[in-house]
Amino acid sequence: MARSRRKFIALSTGVTAVALSSCNKGGDEPSTSGANMRPYGDRAPQEKIQRTIRELTASPGTGSSRTPLQDIYGIITPSSLHYERHHSGVPAIDPATHSLLIHGLVDKPLAFTMDDIRRFPAVSRIIFLECGGNSVGEQSGKFPETVQGSHGLLSGTQWTGVPVSVVLREAGLKPEAKWMLAEGADACRMARSIPLDKALDPEVLLAYGQNGEALRPENGYPLRLIIPGWEGNTNVKWLRRLHLTAEPAMSSKETGYYTELRPDGKAEMFTFVMEARSVITRPSGGQKLTSHGFHEITGLAWTGRGKIRQVEVSVDNGKTWADAELQEPILPKALTAFRFPWRWDGEEAVIQCRCTDETGYLQPTREELIAVRGLNSGYHYNGLRPWRVKATGEVESA
Amino acid sequence: MRKLLLFVASVFGVPVLLSAQYNLGRQATPEQIQAANITVMTDGTGLPVGHGNAVAGEPVFKARCAVCHGPKGEGRKGEYPALVGGRGTLATPKPMKTVGSYWPYATTVWDHINRAMPFNTPHILPPNEVYAVTAFILHLNGIISRDEQLTEKTLPKVVMPNRNGFVIDTRPDIKARR
Ligand code: HEC
Repeated sequence: MARSRRKFIALSTGVTAVALSSCNKGGDEPSTSGANMRPYGDRAPQEKIQRTIRELTASPGTGSSRTPLQDIYGIITPSSLHYERHHSGVPAIDPATHSLLIHGLVDKPLAFTMDDIRRFPAVSRIIFLECGGNSVGEQSGKFPETVQGSHGLLSGTQWTGVPVSVVLREAGLKPEAKWMLAEGADACRMARSIPLDKALDPEVLLAYGQNGEALRPENGYPLRLIIPGWEGNTNVKWLRRLHLTAEPAMSSKETGYYTELRPDGKAEMFTFVMEARSVITRPSGGQKLTSHGFHEITGLAWTGRGKIRQVEVSVDNGKTWADAELQEPILPKALTAFRFPWRWDGEEAVIQCRCTDETGYLQPTREELIAVRGLNSGYHYNGLRPWRVKATGEVESA
Repeated sequence: MRKLLLFVASVFGVPVLLSAQYNLGRQATPEQIQAANITVMTDGTGLPVGHGNAVAGEPVFKARCAVCHGPKGEGRKGEYPALVGGRGTLATPKPMKTVGSYWPYATTVWDHINRAMPFNTPHILPPNEVYAVTAFILHLNGIISRDEQLTEKTLPKVVMPNRNGFVIDTRPDIKARR
């Protein structure tokens, strides 16, 4: 039987003796049984993208780490790569003993365990989070070489939690209550005053879930505030206390920091909303185009005022603009991905994008922004970000 | 069960109770609130009874703060913020924002030190020492005299140089529209 079959194969295919002596593997992929399952997954060992870390003082724990936007796909940032900004490091908090206190101008002050919080009806929202200090140097003329360096204090996440309004209702608000001080359990007890009108907006969450699992320690474990569209610092992490007050407390982070100095020496405070902004993430600074021809330009757009309506791309240093295609889903106060097909002819080119949000607000150029705010407001910079593709294919900030 | 009748239409698909309760959480006791509450308002609400002046604050500052902020609060460039200087620079091309030149309320200085300083081991200073180092820093900035006592009553009355330096958000301020 075996003999006649071999004869049949040899006759019917005419293959040589060499081929016959080894089986066809169907390619170079492994032929031994693979690794075992793992209770908690990790990325492939070849995948190396990571956050870049920068301390801002000589004491560790006062800096930030940046999301590698140039290597991220889509609108969700893996939790391991979500940007960080801390003011006294990442506290180790035991969720079994952590509690949230709600007090001040309420009918009935309440303390909630994490179990209590998770028993409320849960909602999930996909939103962007951006540090108020993202790109702080660009206004004064310091342009980092990569998009991670220039825009990396930006991430997109599906957060899960309970609307703050639902929990506040349990305590009952007194009519004099106008502000809500949110305080973290980090060593510096980072605190921000939130106008009560905003706190009662049903989109504002007490969040315990991040992309399907518990918050990461560096993103506020076990409980944080999520205020869609507002500067990252107001989204207080490691939340321990909500104090209802008649006035803002004027904490250091809403007076000495996160306020924006104008040319006349006055500073704007309570500038909460992150205004419309977009950036090309591929190709971007530090990357290299290795051949002429088709390259897809991709990037992200976002606005704290709702949905992105339009993204335009220019590949000729701002002389002409054409619409980019927006990738579904286009969600309010979430990252929106866009793409634009481009044929690179090998000549030097300056590429950039600009966005318009549903309120009609158009992302300004750096010059337009400086004309109004001067060079020293720092926070909330949202100017355009051109990249130069050199004839060598190398991409740098333009 | 009757409470269920109070469900109103939904928020993002989640039924929400109008005013009735899920009855989750536990009533917080006055002691519990007092232990957790460190809020200080600009009118002084929340400040503990206490006192201290720059004379008393200087040795505390030397022992607890100078290692990072420098003996005269001058800071270390690129490493630790200066706590003095910068008066008159805010409208110049090179503004220097410090507690003295920029922060609008003395209560905020007190509160920041009480919540966050000394950096590695916050919450170790008793109220009198917080009043005293606050007085020392305000004195270094020429805002109060060396022996002026700061208390829960006087601290809110200190007028900081940049008290009127802030305006509320005027956004959108850049009017490129379509
Ligand atoms: C181990 C170093 C260290 C010590 C000791 C220290 N600080 Fe600080 N201090 C810092 C750092 C770091 C910051 C900035 C924190 C940030 O960026 O959020 C800071 C910020 C401050 C600020 C805010 C100033 C500003 O403009 O940002 C004040 C006020 C202050 N410290 C007072 C004190 C006092 C008073 C003491 C002593 C009781 C003290 N510090 C001890 C490291 C230190």
